Amino acid sequence: MDKLKTPTLIKKGAEASLYLSLWHDRKVILKKRLPKKYRPNALDTQIRIFRTIHEPQLMHEARKAGVPTPTIFMVDVKNATIIMEFIDGIQVKQMLTEISPRERQGLCLEIGKLIGKLHGNSIIHGDLTTSNMIMNSEGRIFFVDFGLGERSSETEARGVDLHLMKRALHSTHCGFAEKCFDSVVEGYSETLGLEEARMVLSKAKEIERRGRYVEERTA
Amino acid sequence: MARKKPCGTYSLGIESTADDFSIGISAFDGEILANITDAYIPFEGGIHPREAARHHAEVSGRVLEEAFRKSGTKPRELSIIAFSQGPGLGPCLRTGATVARALASYLNIPLIGVNHCIAHIEIGKLKTEAVDPITLYVSGGNTIVAAFSAGRYRVFGETLDIALGNCLDVFAREAGLHQEKGLPFGAVIEKLALDGKELVPLPYTVKGMDLSLSGLLTAAVNIFRKRDHRIEDLCYSIQETAFSMVTEVTERALAHTEKEEVLLTGGVAANKRLQSMIETIAEEHDARFAVVPSQFATDNGAMVAWTGILAFKHGMVTPIDRSFVRLKWRLEEVEIPWIS
Repeated sequence: MDKLKTPTLIKKGAEASLYLSLWHDRKVILKKRLPKKYRPNALDTQIRIFRTIHEPQLMHEARKAGVPTPTIFMVDVKNATIIMEFIDGIQVKQMLTEISPRERQGLCLEIGKLIGKLHGNSIIHGDLTTSNMIMNSEGRIFFVDFGLGERSSETEARGVDLHLMKRALHSTHCGFAEKCFDSVVEGYSETLGLEEARMVLSKAKEIERRGRYVEERTA
Repeated sequence: MARKKPCGTYSLGIESTADDFSIGISAFDGEILANITDAYIPFEGGIHPREAARHHAEVSGRVLEEAFRKSGTKPRELSIIAFSQGPGLGPCLRTGATVARALASYLNIPLIGVNHCIAHIEIGKLKTEAVDPITLYVSGGNTIVAAFSAGRYRVFGETLDIALGNCLDVFAREAGLHQEKGLPFGAVIEKLALDGKELVPLPYTVKGMDLSLSGLLTAAVNIFRKRDHRIEDLCYSIQETAFSMVTEVTERALAHTEKEEVLLTGGVAANKRLQSMIETIAEEHDARFAVVPSQFATDNGAMVAWTGILAFKHGMVTPIDRSFVRLKWRLEEVEIPWIS
């Protein structure tokens, strides 16, 4: 971990703290999963170590599948720290409210295509929200935060992933969530294939109904 | 001792979504004058909706009388009748709704159908003076992380299958634990967990801001049946694992929304271990930790009476012909005009 220059905390997330730093003259992000005092030690260590190992692997695989993710430079398992490329851009969460409905549609279509690529390559993101997507200055969308991800090509896992995306849109962008999700689905079907996408969507609906107090007729 | 009556008028709230039948009386300024509950305790197994409803019908008269006696109010002094319109068990809800309709039409005062989940949040806010919290609402029927945004309470995370309280209850029953009179199964598990030492690995399932508890329950029951772990260790492990999961999703929602208060409400909020976990994350994010007082943690009529007042003040009334119960009424369907 040498040659790290004065890391500055840029985001204190729920799961990890993100620091901006210089590493061999490169702008990097240090993602450090700090111990959680509320969990018993053994459980906490197990969760943090597992996610620290798992996340870079999935990010690498996602990149191979054609989904932009930050390059991983180093993984320090003992300290539950990942050093990765700093993506200079804006969170999709912030952009969505500021752009025109037309641009929004295009952006969501692109997001859908990327999710389709992930799922098509047996990668489940596990926490699809608009704050985990960053657009850089060239307009490429990077997916980050694969800490809750898994490898799976099961319809169930894909369904949960898509369901979470829908939920995130509804809780953060309630005004235009429906339209956004429709575009996501359109892009998703394009890359995953209509047949498989249809299966996942019907599974996502089933998952929604499984939740508490969901009216049958709205599902 | 003669008590000075608070000025203003009164609201009577009826709660009957599940195993508790409860009537609360609240003054319009939020003073709770009575909160009387009679719980249905199943002879065996979980709540049998029809049996519970029969219990509610049998005790309703007595609970009503006691609420009036305790509060020192008279029926004619009431301004509104509020009732839990949903979500919940059909037969139980219908029993409460019937009592509510009868009272409202007899006294000729407005009837207000209240969403049970929102009532849990509102009583928590009233009693802790929280203003705009991220709320973790955990009970036998619900496990929800919610916060107010753009006119409604929004669900940020919730269980994908069973509720936290339900998970504890079912495990307790499967393990043959005995429920003491007046103490929920959760309290029995909490007590046993205090003597737990070994953490038995159980599935830890967090999916984004949602979580799943059914796998943990199945695993815990299977491990119990093998009889190679102490029950205290199992109770401890279930609590530590399940509570860590709800705490993690609450922290995610807290970091995401950047609210300055965290409110813990619902029946499982009475658990001291869960309280300490949520308090820890509140501190870490410089948020104020608030927990509903235990007498208002479980289902109660007072929360319904109070939420009825909030709704009534903003012109929300429920005509009798629209007062049908709503078994699957989600909290984000309700407009909340009382928060600006």
